[in-house]
Amino acid sequence: MKTLLKKLTETAAPSGYESAVREMIRSEIASLSKDIKVDSLGNLIVTLGKKTDQGLKVMIDAHMDEIGFMVSHVEKNGQVRFSNLGTLLPHYLAGSRVLFLNGVRGTVNFDRSDDQHKVPSLDKYFIDVGSVNDKDCTVAIGDVGIFDEPFVDLGNRVAAKALDNRSSCAVLIETMKRIRSTPHELVFVFSAQEETQTRGATTASYAIEPDLSITVDTTPSLDLLGVKMQVDLGKGPAIKLRDTGMLADPKVVAWMEKTAKNNKIPYQLEVLDIGTTNARAIQVSKSGMPSGVISIPCRYVHSPSEVIDMTDLQQTVELLTALLGEPILLS
Amino acid sequence: MTPQDTKPYRIGKAQLDLLAELTNANGVSGDESEVREMIRKKVTPLADEIKADAMGNLLVIKHARKTNALRVMVDAHMDEVGFMIVDQDGDGLFEFVQVGGGDERQFISKAVVVGKEKLPGVIGFKPIHLTPKNERDSKIPLDSLRIDLGPAGKDKARRGDFAAYATRFSRSGDTIFAKVLDDRLGCATLIELLRTAPAEIELLTSFSAQEEIGLRGAKVAAYDFEPQIVIAVDSTPAYDFPRPDGNQNTQYNCKIGSGPAIYLADRGTLSDPRLVRFISRTAEENGIPYQFRQPGGGGTNAGALHLTRSGIPAVSVSIPGRYAHTPIMMASVTDWQNTVSLLKNVLDNLSPAVLLEERP
Repeated sequence: MKTLLKKLTETAAPSGYESAVREMIRSEIASLSKDIKVDSLGNLIVTLGKKTDQGLKVMIDAHMDEIGFMVSHVEKNGQVRFSNLGTLLPHYLAGSRVLFLNGVRGTVNFDRSDDQHKVPSLDKYFIDVGSVNDKDCTVAIGDVGIFDEPFVDLGNRVAAKALDNRSSCAVLIETMKRIRSTPHELVFVFSAQEETQTRGATTASYAIEPDLSITVDTTPSLDLLGVKMQVDLGKGPAIKLRDTGMLADPKVVAWMEKTAKNNKIPYQLEVLDIGTTNARAIQVSKSGMPSGVISIPCRYVHSPSEVIDMTDLQQTVELLTALLGEPILLS
Repeated sequence: MTPQDTKPYRIGKAQLDLLAELTNANGVSGDESEVREMIRKKVTPLADEIKADAMGNLLVIKHARKTNALRVMVDAHMDEVGFMIVDQDGDGLFEFVQVGGGDERQFISKAVVVGKEKLPGVIGFKPIHLTPKNERDSKIPLDSLRIDLGPAGKDKARRGDFAAYATRFSRSGDTIFAKVLDDRLGCATLIELLRTAPAEIELLTSFSAQEEIGLRGAKVAAYDFEPQIVIAVDSTPAYDFPRPDGNQNTQYNCKIGSGPAIYLADRGTLSDPRLVRFISRTAEENGIPYQFRQPGGGGTNAGALHLTRSGIPAVSVSIPGRYAHTPIMMASVTDWQNTVSLLKNVLDNLSPAVLLEERP
């Protein structure tokens, strides 16, 4: 799975410009399904299996976009100002490298201020692409870029950019390969534009109209922006209870916990006080549906080097595979 | 093509008169009927179907002259920011709240008109004679302000009445001054597009209600139309001034006189890159100047439109305007002309081929 994860995380695909990772995923799963669609927002929608008497139409969602940069202005001295695609955290930016989709590379820094101890706001940052003035600048307003960081193998843990949420994409791909039989119609959605207000999932769930949904995403371990999280790396997938956008259906939570116990898969429970996932949009689509989230614990979320534990990832695949292989009885 | 069609589009007296009429009318969000009825009259000779929906949108369709034509929705919002009367507080004095996003610091000493009868009034404030030095630096809270209709206005307004700025349209050379160019410029643009609707597309225009209070009209309009492509036509702020500290202004949003502003990304939408490419190429091929609006905050109806049903490819094209959401805005006739011209060319050349490739 590391090889797959390396390929996925090293692909450049910020929100709204996901085609590179979409093509990569499509080539991975092309042989598994004859029903593969791309909708107008760029979601990749892959259907497996047929709904039987004992089955449901289940939407399994993982967003494939990553946070990124969009050029907003080139200064006369060649410095590139940018706007954010998704939540760029200023304290992670200085010194990081950027790769634009047109191939140009650059490094981020910021205007010096009097107070060296304060993290500047995003508008004080710029990208240096090596140009000496605005005329010879190799990017223009509208060009988009992503963190330019290679995948690093740390043993049982790995560091990479965009583990949020390519690690979940890897989980979905691996699960699709493992599932031998299912009573359900499984609609796997590799969704676009999650980092920009969960937009892809909004329109995908409208079109799919599932009976039940499972979202797979990363969740912060340690802390993010000073908010402590009781989710640790290496203790297994986290079953979400709530975040700022949704309350997981308690029946779905119970079903997930029971399945994990029955299959001897370790798990943790998650309460997230900062941020949300696609499930907030899916849960209230049309007349609503039971929804749950499985989270992969992740350190340094939205930094150029996020870290996850490979055992957590494997166990997330095991849990998801177990959940989807049997009839679903919510009680 | 007939020779007539190849003539470049010109904003003339008729169009400027139309804009004057539209900007002098009032349509605070939720109270768009005056503007709606004005537009209904203008588009009746041009359209095949016209209806007002429950939110107050005016939905106007010009059918294609062929079957299975591409369904293209073009949206402009009719509503404007303004005020609502909350309570009477003395002879002709009224407490009020704001409707839509205005800057409280800009409210004082502005002329307004209140209610259906358009009673003249002013958001009055203590004159400098009576204001001690130490008070002049402090913020003035909204709840300390009153709309003053004078003694003759006693009992003439009541809770729920809307108030709008009283500014009248004027023009100086290429420059137009008016309240609510945001987005009556868009409304006037849509009327011009209906006038020359191409035969090949199903043209679905929405003069939308309640944009300024959360894109509420557009949301249901797009649900009703089920378009394949949407273009939101709005006015976007130009803050194209030098910075007082002498540094480069890197956050001007867009510039007056630099042509229609095509959106790439804002708080609500990542424009469909296929449409951005098509529109900017159309501009280049026809020698029409254009600019990309700086990506960043702000938003248009596209934010609601593109998330309708299972999703719709969307883009916004805006006319630059200074001083949005104040009593008086400023825009360039040439920018407007270039915007109408660009959108006409876009509609004339749009085909399903634009969407053949997947979104990048």
